[in-house]
Amino acid sequence: MRVLVLAGRRLAASIPTLILILIGVFLLLQLAPGDTVDAMMAQMGGGDAATAKQLREFYGLDLSVWAQLGNYLWRLVRLDLGFSAIYGKPVATVIAERLPATILLMTASLSFAFFFGLILGVAAARGVNKWPDTLISTLGLMFYAMPTFWFGLMAIVVFSIYLQWLPAGGFEDITVSYTGLRRTLDIALHLVLPTLTLGLFYMAIYLRIMRGSMLEVLNLDFVRTARSKGMDETRVVVRHVLRNALLPMVTLIGLQAGTMLGGSVVVESVFSLPGLGRLAYESVIQRDLNTLLGIVFVSALLVIAVNFIVDLLYARLDPRITAGN
Amino acid sequence: MDMTRRAALKTSAAIASSVLFPMRSFAQETPRKGGVFTVHYGAEQRQLNPSLQASTGVYIIGGKIQEQLVDLDAKGQPVGVLAESWEAAPDGKTITFKLRPGVTWHDGKPFTSADVQFTAMEMWKKILNYGTTLQLFLTAVDTPDPLTAVFRYERPMPLNLLLRALPDLGYVSPRHLYEGKGDIRQNPVNLAPVGTGPFKFVQYERGQHVIAERNPNYWRQNAPYLDRIVWRVVTDRAAAAAQMEAGQIHYSPFSGLTISDSARLGKDPRFIVSTKGNEGNARTNTIEFNFRRKELADIRVRRAIAHALDIPFFIENFLGDFAKRGTGPVPSVSTDFYPADNGPQYPFDKKLAAKLLDEAGFKPSTGGTRFSLRLLPAPWGEDITLFATFIQQSLADVGIKIEIVRTDGGGYLKQVYDDHAFDLATGWHQYRNDPAVSTTVWYRSGQPKGAPWTNQWDWTDPTIDKIIDDAATEVDAARRKSLYGDFVRRANTELPIWTPIEQIFLTAISAKARNHSNTPRWGSSSWHDLWLAE
Repeated sequence: MRVLVLAGRRLAASIPTLILILIGVFLLLQLAPGDTVDAMMAQMGGGDAATAKQLREFYGLDLSVWAQLGNYLWRLVRLDLGFSAIYGKPVATVIAERLPATILLMTASLSFAFFFGLILGVAAARGVNKWPDTLISTLGLMFYAMPTFWFGLMAIVVFSIYLQWLPAGGFEDITVSYTGLRRTLDIALHLVLPTLTLGLFYMAIYLRIMRGSMLEVLNLDFVRTARSKGMDETRVVVRHVLRNALLPMVTLIGLQAGTMLGGSVVVESVFSLPGLGRLAYESVIQRDLNTLLGIVFVSALLVIAVNFIVDLLYARLDPRITAGN
Repeated sequence: MDMTRRAALKTSAAIASSVLFPMRSFAQETPRKGGVFTVHYGAEQRQLNPSLQASTGVYIIGGKIQEQLVDLDAKGQPVGVLAESWEAAPDGKTITFKLRPGVTWHDGKPFTSADVQFTAMEMWKKILNYGTTLQLFLTAVDTPDPLTAVFRYERPMPLNLLLRALPDLGYVSPRHLYEGKGDIRQNPVNLAPVGTGPFKFVQYERGQHVIAERNPNYWRQNAPYLDRIVWRVVTDRAAAAAQMEAGQIHYSPFSGLTISDSARLGKDPRFIVSTKGNEGNARTNTIEFNFRRKELADIRVRRAIAHALDIPFFIENFLGDFAKRGTGPVPSVSTDFYPADNGPQYPFDKKLAAKLLDEAGFKPSTGGTRFSLRLLPAPWGEDITLFATFIQQSLADVGIKIEIVRTDGGGYLKQVYDDHAFDLATGWHQYRNDPAVSTTVWYRSGQPKGAPWTNQWDWTDPTIDKIIDDAATEVDAARRKSLYGDFVRRANTELPIWTPIEQIFLTAISAKARNHSNTPRWGSSSWHDLWLAE
């Protein structure tokens, strides 16, 4: 219960930050030359000045920057994210359509990175300075150093073009309409390569963190005590070491949920996934301010939610946190 | 005898094609019904109705669902689609279209002249880009009966201009779904178009795909062949090439792939990469000069810049076989308007360039630099980016320092066409079958500020203004052609814009596709005869 209060307090504290971020993004985008009507004209391949003026009035772009910002914040207070100029729909709808792909991709990548990072980290720590450690650490370094888009394209070349095992892009097969379990499987297949592409980099980070913290905890007194009591090695690792070594990993998840949203722009473009990352990129190019601010808002909420869960996990892993001292 | 010769010709053609494409066998050449054709869709649009937006991004989808009065046939000549015949009054102020009977909209309502009237007056004349200019003097469309539409103009409208403009600017929308339904631009039908075309709109998932399926009640007998068309949204060019190779995409239109991927796929027998079928979508690479800079207002400087660029070298090393030297604002594929004499050309001559700059009084400083210019490259094409760098390096050799300013689409238009914050700009000019549609506005003075792709260079020339105005209302076809010859020569002499490179969009298509690329604007056309071999 105490941890909920704690997390709730942090939740409340993030609201001013959120508003500051929104104002910041709004003002930053004003610095980019051109507005959504210019972008629209670029897309149409021409149009006359009278039409442009009419469109500016329609989208409220003829108002001053402060009036536009004021309008936006006032709408936000009423939980209205506004109307998207590119999509011709309410921003909330546009985001809701894109959210599932991003959440699926993020969850899959984070779980993949966390799970394999943990296993490989433990394996490396247990065989420290022997061949498994060297192998795992070298691999980790490689994945860490490799550019995401390059890995994605190479994965497509190998698995989609040569071996023809996995689809090269898209969220699901649209030439046939699957339903139910078959559709789930189809989407899962489409997500394999993007998940690997996005996840391997994070796995490399987790692997190193896990290896480091395992090595640290393995040298602590309580581990020696456990061993001297005659406990077998597996039990020592699982019950005593792992639980303590996990804390820095969990901290990292909270931090990386945010970075992952940024990384997903590249992965979503390479694999043509209809996610939030690409939507954000397109909104910038199209100067669709409402949509961009909506995405910032929703992403911020996502990060806050992940951190909230991390707080809960902390309490589970380390009872001292709940004690509140 | 004649028969045997024909048969022999046929056989040899078949042998030639079987050598070129060994996977094709004769039996497959009977058109096959069925199949799903998947298309690379690179840039999503705000809406899909071609009556409201003239751009290939809309035609590539909307052009399969909606139809226009007139299209171009294989030889590039106007051929009736929703119109069966047309006739102009001798004074050029009345043009009468007889419409095709028995055509129905996808929702079952009949297609009539009322639809044409509404679309022309409310969409083409008021909203459609380029349509507003084309139909500026349209006063009314009369509908004496459901199959007759009479266009009335205040000033003479050349019939050949209208017929060459209508393939792009003549798509018809259903009146009953727009009239009295509020703002036309915001009508939801724009994103779920209803037409008379061979394919019916099914679904649009933003960021993912658009699906259309066969229209069982299509007016052309036995058409279309395909069951479905799926447009896959793929914004990354490299990813699109990969999806083509993986068999997920059949067709990438309008130079959608990178130059290197196009060259690579061109060598793969599973694909055909060519410019065929895009002759109606010719474009030139341009350099626009801002006359507000005193250096550029001097014709010797503009000519010097043209002479300083080794265009054949650039084409050969960067654009491959898919481009050629440009000769003027009217590209050579325009059989109707390409003049016999294009006026002055500017061959590569660095010495002459330096001499012209010296004469103009811009001597090099101690560092060798004469003056600096800001160059804005348009962000829509790999070739434009490459060309900007090429301009920068070539002009450095003659003492002109170039600062390249990169922006995205909105930023480019704002800075060039609204703020005039450029010295040189480089981009594309897309030619639309008749110079009056979208070419002459690049040269005609008095264009309102902020109108993209119009004369915003501060260049005023009463001579060319008069040629442009005369040609726009000249009803005699031969005289029009000759006026546009004068236009091209004047443009090349005064050089407010230079058009050094001529290109045709590239198509990459699966070798399984049949009846493709058979008209000059095939990517935009209706695909009623397209079919897929097994």
